[in-house]
Amino acid sequence: MSNLFDLLVAGLATGAIYALVAVGFTLLWQTSQTINFAQGEFVMLPAFLMLAAMHAGAPFWLAIILGILLSMILLGLAFKMLLVDPMMRHGVLPLAIATMALAIGIKEAVKQFFSAEASPFPSIVPTGDISILGHAVSLQSIGVLVVAILAVLGLTTLLNRTSLGHQMQAAAQNPTVARIIGVPVERMILLTFLINAFLVALASLLITPIYLAKFSSGEVLGQAAFIAAIVGGFNQVRGAIAGGLLIGVLDNLAAAYISTQYRAAVPMIFLIAVILFRPQGLLGRAEERTV
Amino acid sequence: MKSTLLVGALLTAITATGAFAQAIKLADVAELSGGGATVGTNWKNGIDLAIEEINAKGGVLGRKLEVTHADSQSNPGVARAQVQKALDAEPYVLLGPGYSGSVKVTAPLAAEAGIAQIMGGEAAELTQAGNKFLFRTSFGQQSSMPKVAKYIHDDMKAKTVAVVWVNNDFGRGGRDVVVKELDRLGSKVVADLSTEAGQADFAADVGKIKAANPDAVFVYLNEEESARILKELKRQGVTAPLMGETTLIGQKVIELAGDAANGARGHVGLTTDAPVDLIKAFREKFSKKYNYVPDHNGLKGYLAVYMVKATTEKMGKVDSKKFAETLHGLTIKAADEPGILMDVTFSDTGDIDRQSFLVEVVEGKQVVKQVLPKVK
Repeated sequence: MSNLFDLLVAGLATGAIYALVAVGFTLLWQTSQTINFAQGEFVMLPAFLMLAAMHAGAPFWLAIILGILLSMILLGLAFKMLLVDPMMRHGVLPLAIATMALAIGIKEAVKQFFSAEASPFPSIVPTGDISILGHAVSLQSIGVLVVAILAVLGLTTLLNRTSLGHQMQAAAQNPTVARIIGVPVERMILLTFLINAFLVALASLLITPIYLAKFSSGEVLGQAAFIAAIVGGFNQVRGAIAGGLLIGVLDNLAAAYISTQYRAAVPMIFLIAVILFRPQGLLGRAEERTV
Repeated sequence: MKSTLLVGALLTAITATGAFAQAIKLADVAELSGGGATVGTNWKNGIDLAIEEINAKGGVLGRKLEVTHADSQSNPGVARAQVQKALDAEPYVLLGPGYSGSVKVTAPLAAEAGIAQIMGGEAAELTQAGNKFLFRTSFGQQSSMPKVAKYIHDDMKAKTVAVVWVNNDFGRGGRDVVVKELDRLGSKVVADLSTEAGQADFAADVGKIKAANPDAVFVYLNEEESARILKELKRQGVTAPLMGETTLIGQKVIELAGDAANGARGHVGLTTDAPVDLIKAFREKFSKKYNYVPDHNGLKGYLAVYMVKATTEKMGKVDSKKFAETLHGLTIKAADEPGILMDVTFSDTGDIDRQSFLVEVVEGKQVVKQVLPKVK
């Protein structure tokens, strides 16, 4: 029983990070029909930007700020202007393939300019345990969960409770009408790219101390987040959150109770089942677009 | 004028051919680029240092040693092509590669050519295929794992053990030997966990270890995965002592795992931190020449060349065909050949028997806690 509790906490902590990345997936899809297959690499890169800042002499807190800002410029602004906008004219598929190429490009660049070997990365949460209901739970797991939940709450508040959020919703649901009523659709789309970049940088900050900074670490994350987004519902932010948490817990329980060798297969089987029996995702709605 | 030139050219050719025949040619194929670049570069530098020393003292049986280095790019396919090219030049002995996978695909080529191959691979199966020309520079798993099992049983006094291993040739080979040995000694394996190469999340595996509540945990993963599991073990508060091999307590693991590596113990066949005067002297010479502290691969390359020297001097002639036969069963004493650093005996299969070390990570540094004697 105590083992199950530990597994649930660890699964939720990993799942919360998947959720952050999956939310980014859905945001980009909703506003610009971009399926970003480089999303995993987007999570890997900010850690290296922060490491580079630290190597240049910046303290950790400054490196975090610089890393997030640089990520928003490179993975938000530059990504949209240099890749998405020119490719979008050719349709969804060429753009998806272009993001695959970008994923390879980012990985190879990090390998070339940094190293093929893993590097350690400091944690924003101190190591140690606290006791919850008589169980020792690591501060790191709690810290990851809390930061991820705060980020998601902040995002949903922005989307549902502010005028800016309503404009983003309008731009996603019906860009033509939104334009007519004066919503700056282009700016709203850019904003979602910047939010995605912020979310992946945050995920990077949370996951890298555990997974280590390595050029290939985005592969697993990108795949898990993609599955999470589809399972939860590609057209719903809350679906992506639920999907992320579910995949994180499922992955850990499968590794513990089914087989370590087949742990990667279990979320895949779940994905196939969802596509067959509920193609819109667990929380998604058919034919609806909203952020 | 023409005839003078011709005579000059002829003389140069004769001198050059003379010098060429005098030198003993060695061929090295190593991981000089790609993922194994650290391994291959250390190995190459060790070889170059040994050759420089030997040649400065007059060479082997009065003949200088010469080596050519080729890059396998850490790729077994490239390694095979490079070894074939090296063998075409008919070297006296082939040195390398360092990766077990590359050794596996190149060993049949050297055996077919009848050339002895001194390599850095450690997978158990390499010397179990009946190859009469293959020699190790470090322990194979079948030599190191019994020592590990004995330490877990006798010194750690563990009655129950969790074994975590990486699901590839290297991991499975080590796991099979250690589980068999633990069983023979009477320590019970209460958790037998396979993990994947490149695995990032070890929460579930550590959860299983915690549930099994063993007296000791044996960890046999590659360096990066070792660092990740060490962090997770600390995160989940596992307090059972940890035992492993070089891959658990290496410098890279300590750097990646930080505090979480403290207290981990490992069996190490070769380490430049060994409390052996000759190894200390080697470390100093190497560091002075290359401006960095070598890892065990630097030692392996250095030893490979001194194996060539000792065997050739034992034969009293440079005979490529007899080389492997002579090295089988040979004991080389450090008192007679200081370059061999520690007394070593080669078996009929090309495996080695030598003293080894029990290392513990203390405050982020490897500390040799115990010297484990030769098995025989």
